[in-house]
Amino acid sequence: MKFGIVTFPGSNCDYDAYHAVIDQLGERAAYLWHKARDLEGVDVVILPGGFSYGDYLRAGAIARFSPIMHEVASHARRGGPVIGICNGFQILCEAHLLPGALMRNSGLKFVSKPVRLRVENTDTLFTHRYEPGQVLRMPIAHGEGRFVADRTTLDRMEQEGRVVFRYVDVHGEPTTEANPNGSLHAIAGIVSAEGNVLGMMPHPERAVEPLLGSVDGLGIFHSVLERVAA
Amino acid sequence: MSLFRVAIHIVPRRGLLDPQGKAVSDALHALGFSGVRDARIGRFIVLEMEATDAMDADAAVRQMCERLLANPVTEDFEIEGVHVIEGAHAT
Repeated sequence: MKFGIVTFPGSNCDYDAYHAVIDQLGERAAYLWHKARDLEGVDVVILPGGFSYGDYLRAGAIARFSPIMHEVASHARRGGPVIGICNGFQILCEAHLLPGALMRNSGLKFVSKPVRLRVENTDTLFTHRYEPGQVLRMPIAHGEGRFVADRTTLDRMEQEGRVVFRYVDVHGEPTTEANPNGSLHAIAGIVSAEGNVLGMMPHPERAVEPLLGSVDGLGIFHSVLERVAA
Repeated sequence: MSLFRVAIHIVPRRGLLDPQGKAVSDALHALGFSGVRDARIGRFIVLEMEATDAMDADAAVRQMCERLLANPVTEDFEIEGVHVIEGAHAT
């Protein structure tokens, strides 16, 4: 299976995603330059973390106009899997491929640390290899990760099981203290209505081998691998 | 066609937490400006643009705000003024 990793000017987690795919999954990967108009036949698109276009205007606001995003949107409309991590999540929201928006962390600080996530729905393309309610450890590194959406959107997403990851404490509870950025409903990751687009602020590609302190991110890659290869 | 200068204010929507605004509001209180009830910090954009008339310019800028300059989920915008810089028509 082939993963396409989009590189925007300012992306800085594209190498991490590449490493995860090539060295940990043993699958193929291609870097896709943001000006390209061709996905080179990839099965899964990853929008990596970073600071595309210097976060000018708003994080992700300019990146969504890159030529490659037209192709990414078409891929998503065809049901192709898309994973947006950190800045990639921000871009997906700005591109309206996911609802809501990511605002400045409530504590104002850029937060770079490992967090705990609870898997809220294991019946998705990206999470079926996890156990329901499983608590994962992954790093976050962002200044604008506070997920917000209007009440109606939030309610609908909750009802539809589209909130896939929530920030939780050591007991698996979504407490205020465990929420690193003030996200509404402690939301760390969501999927699109069709279920083929995942956006998350934590970095699964940095939790793929013991050396990194956690292998909990592998489940996302293995989940999508299994479904797409099937 | 005339050349217009258009000023746009974009601020975080009321009701949504604006941590930057809150920090500044707290700092103003610390300075003794206890009357400050709320502060919201956003962006101020000044465009120079060609348009047939002020209404045309206003309509175009409204679209720009809705589609790019402001995030409809989190921000409100206000077009402050559309002023002619060059051109035959005064507004």
